[in-house]
Amino acid sequence: MSPPLDRVLAESGSGGNVPRVRIVVCVKHVPDIQSERALGPDGRVVRDGGDGTLNELDENALEAALAIVEAGEGSVVALTVGPDDAVDAVRRGLQMGAEDAVHVVDDAVAGSDVVGTARVLAAAIRHLDAQEHVDLVVLGMAGLDGLTSLLPTALAELLDLPALPLAAELTVDGSTVRVRRNLDHASEVLEASLPALVSVTDQANEPRYPNFKGIMAARKKPVTTLTLADLEVDASHVGLLGARTQVLEAAARPPRDNRVLVQDTGDAGVRLAAYLVDNQLV
Amino acid sequence: MTAPVLVLVDHTVDGAVRAPVRELLTLARELSGGAGVHAAWAVDGAEPSPEVVAELAALGATHVHRVVVDADPHLSAVLAEALASLLDATGAGLLLVVSSFENKEAAARLAISTGAGVVTDADGLALVDGRYVASKTVFAGTWNTTCAVTTPLAIVALKSNSVVPSTVEGAPAPQIGEHTVAVSERARRVTLVERVERPASGRPDLGSASIVVVGGRGTEGDFSVVEELADVVGGAVGATRVATDEGWIGHDAQIGQTGVTIAPRLYVGVGVSGAVHHRGGMQASGTIVAINSDPDAPIFEIADFGVVGDLFTVVPQAAAEIRRLKG
Ligand SMILES: Cc1cc2nc3c(=O)[nH]c(=O)nc-3n(C[C@H](O)[C@H](O)[C@H](O)COP(=O)(O)OP(=O)(O)OC[C@H]3O[C@@H](n4cnc5c(N)ncnc54)[C@H](O)[C@@H]3O)c2cc1C
Ligand SMILES: Nc1ncnc2c1ncn2[C@@H]1O[C@H](COP(=O)(O)O)[C@@H](O)[C@H]1O
Repeated sequence: MSPPLDRVLAESGSGGNVPRVRIVVCVKHVPDIQSERALGPDGRVVRDGGDGTLNELDENALEAALAIVEAGEGSVVALTVGPDDAVDAVRRGLQMGAEDAVHVVDDAVAGSDVVGTARVLAAAIRHLDAQEHVDLVVLGMAGLDGLTSLLPTALAELLDLPALPLAAELTVDGSTVRVRRNLDHASEVLEASLPALVSVTDQANEPRYPNFKGIMAARKKPVTTLTLADLEVDASHVGLLGARTQVLEAAARPPRDNRVLVQDTGDAGVRLAAYLVDNQLV
Repeated sequence: MTAPVLVLVDHTVDGAVRAPVRELLTLARELSGGAGVHAAWAVDGAEPSPEVVAELAALGATHVHRVVVDADPHLSAVLAEALASLLDATGAGLLLVVSSFENKEAAARLAISTGAGVVTDADGLALVDGRYVASKTVFAGTWNTTCAVTTPLAIVALKSNSVVPSTVEGAPAPQIGEHTVAVSERARRVTLVERVERPASGRPDLGSASIVVVGGRGTEGDFSVVEELADVVGGAVGATRVATDEGWIGHDAQIGQTGVTIAPRLYVGVGVSGAVHHRGGMQASGTIVAINSDPDAPIFEIADFGVVGDLFTVVPQAAAEIRRLKG
């Protein structure tokens, strides 16, 4: 993915030179966070509850990519790695306006940790790049299932791309991508030349809702299915075989006991204060 | 089987050690089994003063490395290369970092470049049969898990308020060394155009405070009641996304899945409904208190002490009473 940029410049409506960009958006199918989520006896996320949905933050990623393409010219590919159900994630991407969808599905991928998933995504992006140059890879800031936020920079490292994670604002100007991000103790502006990788936060935009036209159009768009063999990924590097961490125990947390609910009849503040002081919480 | 432990020391621009680092060093002291605790200080303008070195030593650091890099260590690619080089030099089997977004970015890179297994947002760590076993809560704090790192090198990002920090009496002076790192061209491809440190608020740091008072939409933008309670109990002020989106308080105060994750000893939600996105960032708190006028608010499902009432009367009354009781 590091060859020199060879990008077609197209005339934009406003008369400026706006390059044509090809963007890959990584989207993940996750258990709905409003549902009862669980870990199975094998320590893996239960993904067959039928409660799966597109990771909400990946809607922000799709929106960011679509906005860039709509401001100029280009196309968006939605890419997912996951079991059969995961195809719903890229379908949603197509409904929102992505042109192409790729679903990597292979039994050997099951049980992958972040590094395993990143390896498969990297191979799939290289595969797409070989077909037509990829300028930008966009991800969500976190999967709302595992919430590790590790994947974006791991993927950047594998693809040897500059990474601009946690974009609260994102602009692409010519071949420069610029990101503003808010950290715990500072805010930063990062800049790099394309090709590059960014991850976006829920602050970056307000994701569109697919309209009727989008939903109808998506029906006609094909989803390309790829296996590890297609991508020449060594199965021993992914899935449970390649995982570097092993879940030993997983248990639902017991509900909090001794819960107290007080209806205010004039002295609830006093009672609250007594609770805090008596329990040496303050 | 014990190995040296490397600890990344997060510090302020003025060279003060950030509070959670005290937890890391306390844990490293236990886990190193005497094999050495190496504190890494990335020199970014701020240097470790003699007082800071003494503080690190009291917490268990046997070595303090001034890491001097020829690029900005705030860039994750640069930090990752510097840490990789230091891991090599120290022979550490474990790298401990504070669980922040920046540190997780570097950890992910190190996973690729060093083959390390990474656990983020751990709330405990032990050495069991020669393997590092971390505990962490998942699914918005509704599940407890433990997981073992199966690779020779482990990287663990520890959540604040997981370990009670402690110091050792009469710790020997640590060895101080300079570790210079020349980073690769590829690590320089991102330019840090601007980095603005947020000024200290005068209140405890949100991520590591032991008490956090959080204001939501119910405050209708009047955060004075939230601030008053926070100040009476010496707590930090947090907010829901609604409150930060409305501009009532900065985005850095947002608690939740896409904001700061906290696990203070005491969480007080003021006019907060307890949406699942918010719960993801606070459900692991020690004691949860909520004040909300709606008896059906989901936050009451997880509150140890809930008050159904108007925050504008309940909270000032509670603040005044705490002030009186504590004299
Ligand atoms: C991808 C994504 C990520 C998100 N990430 C986060 C996140 O990280 N953090 C976060 O907080 N949110 C997040 N959200 C938003 C989240 O879903 C909720 O919308 C938000 O947490 C609600 O904030 P709230 O509790 O302040 O407001 P509401 O849900 O509107 O609740 C306000 C509460 O105040 C009570 N109230 C009103 N007046 C009074 C009064 N006078 N006295 C007492 N109580 C009163 C009401 O009964 C109500 O329960 C995210 C959403 C999405 C889609
Ligand atoms: N299996 C997957 N398929 C496609 N994209 C993924 C997958 N897992 C993670 N991602 C992307 O990586 C981002 C961060 O995920 P994580 O690091 O797992 O929290 C998500 O928002 C997605 O954009």
